[in-house]
Amino acid sequence: MTTLGRDQRVIGVIAVLALVAILFIGVSQTAWGIQYDYTLRTVALGGALLGVLTGVLGCFAVLRRESLIGDAISHAALPGVGVAFLVAGRDLGALLIGAGVASWLGVQCVNAITRTTRLKQDTALGIVLAAWFAAGIALLAYIQSTPNASQAGLDKFIFGQAAAMLESDVRLIAAAGGVALVMIVLFWKEFKLVTFDPEFAQANGFRVRFITALLSTLIVLAIILGLQVAGVILMVGMLIAPATAARQWTDRLDVMLVLSAACGAFAGGIGAIISAVSTNVPTGPMIIVVASILVALSIAFAPGRGFVWTLLRKRADRRRFAVPTIGGA
Amino acid sequence: MTKNNATPIAFTVSDLTVAYDGKPAVWDADLAVPEGVLMAIVGPNGAGKSTLIKAALNLIPRAAGTVRFYGKTYEQARDLVGYVPQRGSVDWDFPTSVIDVVTMGLYGKLGWFRRPGKRERALALQALEQVGLGDFADRQISQLSGGQQQRTFLARALVQDARIYFMDEPFAAVDAVTERAIVAILSELRSRGKTVIVVHHDLQTVPEYFDWVTLLNIEVIASGPTREVFTQDLLNKTYGGRVAGLQAPAPSDDSAESPAAYTGYAPARAGS
Repeated sequence: MTTLGRDQRVIGVIAVLALVAILFIGVSQTAWGIQYDYTLRTVALGGALLGVLTGVLGCFAVLRRESLIGDAISHAALPGVGVAFLVAGRDLGALLIGAGVASWLGVQCVNAITRTTRLKQDTALGIVLAAWFAAGIALLAYIQSTPNASQAGLDKFIFGQAAAMLESDVRLIAAAGGVALVMIVLFWKEFKLVTFDPEFAQANGFRVRFITALLSTLIVLAIILGLQVAGVILMVGMLIAPATAARQWTDRLDVMLVLSAACGAFAGGIGAIISAVSTNVPTGPMIIVVASILVALSIAFAPGRGFVWTLLRKRADRRRFAVPTIGGA
Repeated sequence: MTKNNATPIAFTVSDLTVAYDGKPAVWDADLAVPEGVLMAIVGPNGAGKSTLIKAALNLIPRAAGTVRFYGKTYEQARDLVGYVPQRGSVDWDFPTSVIDVVTMGLYGKLGWFRRPGKRERALALQALEQVGLGDFADRQISQLSGGQQQRTFLARALVQDARIYFMDEPFAAVDAVTERAIVAILSELRSRGKTVIVVHHDLQTVPEYFDWVTLLNIEVIASGPTREVFTQDLLNKTYGGRVAGLQAPAPSDDSAESPAAYTGYAPARAGS
């Protein structure tokens, strides 16, 4: 299997994704009468841009085996949203800053538990995730019991609501995404080396702590920006599903990032549209349903790694080798 | 090979102590390794062999002591030092090719923001030829055997063009082809005046492969030319009197447990 062949396949996959997206938009307009007005275009663009951002950064999270940390980060954001609302009222900037601070505290707690006790990291993650999320739910319940009218919709942070996205939110996601992409281009070899072999990187004089912190900050930024759209529970899916799907099709990191971005844009855009036009379907679950279909198809059918491919190869191997040796006797 | 006083000292360790959880993993180690030797660090499981070189390369914190490379600190001497980690320390399913991994050995010299180009690729290819993996350059790394993985790491260290090399268990669980390739590379490096320090497990091959030996069991038991240091008496001392006729290493005592957990060796507890 040559590298060239694999890369051509990836271009094919991206072309198929684009084709399905165009078909979806066409069919939804004619058959279901969906109007792609300004609001829906904003929502679709926001979902797709968020998908690009999480898709690209998710590759590093998956390869660094930090998927569960992503899950803890997003769950841990919820109490921060509640506290920020109580302090500053309903202002998206304040809510996201609150979310970021709560997540940061959560991760610090995980690190402190892992360092100072005999508990393993998965246990520490589970404890912090559950505690922070429970505190967040309790806080939101309290806020909803208060006679404050502006609290309506705060619970959308749990499952996400793309329909609430404004043009300014999309601009924010686009700007942050642009910064993240520039960083990845600038620090490409550093990010790659530190992800593959941090020990060797450190022995070569790379500032591993700084590079790791930069990468983690970008991942946290993507998670926090996505909270309003995908919600704290399923945000981790936006991070790891596109990267998991993309990994099946390629053995090159750069190609994986591009394909992951395409998968993220596809899932984010289509999921946001479906949830925006139908009532009472939260965005997070819709995006993750689409992303999970991509993951399932990739795991099943990707050449070289997919299980259908593996089954076929095993059968071919039996024909080729077993028949002449055993069957011939 | 006899080293006289005119040979410069490539690598010096003074009073080095490393501790985990209140127990010493390396205790008050002193070493002076002359330029141009192939040195094996041998000792029982959990004796602090990997810990010693990791502490020397600032990969883990030192409780006390100093380390010098040609009289310089590690920060000053970084370009002089090449490192081959244990191959189990990375994920071999990472999406990258063999030549890409080897090129990583040149990243440090490129500096921030610069990308490897044609020159770097040529150097990486040359190193791959040297370890006998010239035809594997564009192979995905998950398709390599254990021995090929080890040779890929070796090639990555070769492109660094260092003066002192540190290798952590390069001979662990490799095939005969790889073992021969590594031995050939080691003698090549020595002929070019390089100093190579190797964490080694197989006592039988020490006199054949190495001209310098450090016997380590938390403390440095002895360090010097192989024919002076690699004696039954000193080996017994290193392995707690249980090494019979240069047989396989015997288990170490309990104080070795925490560093063993760190370096990934399961401490053998036979007879306890």
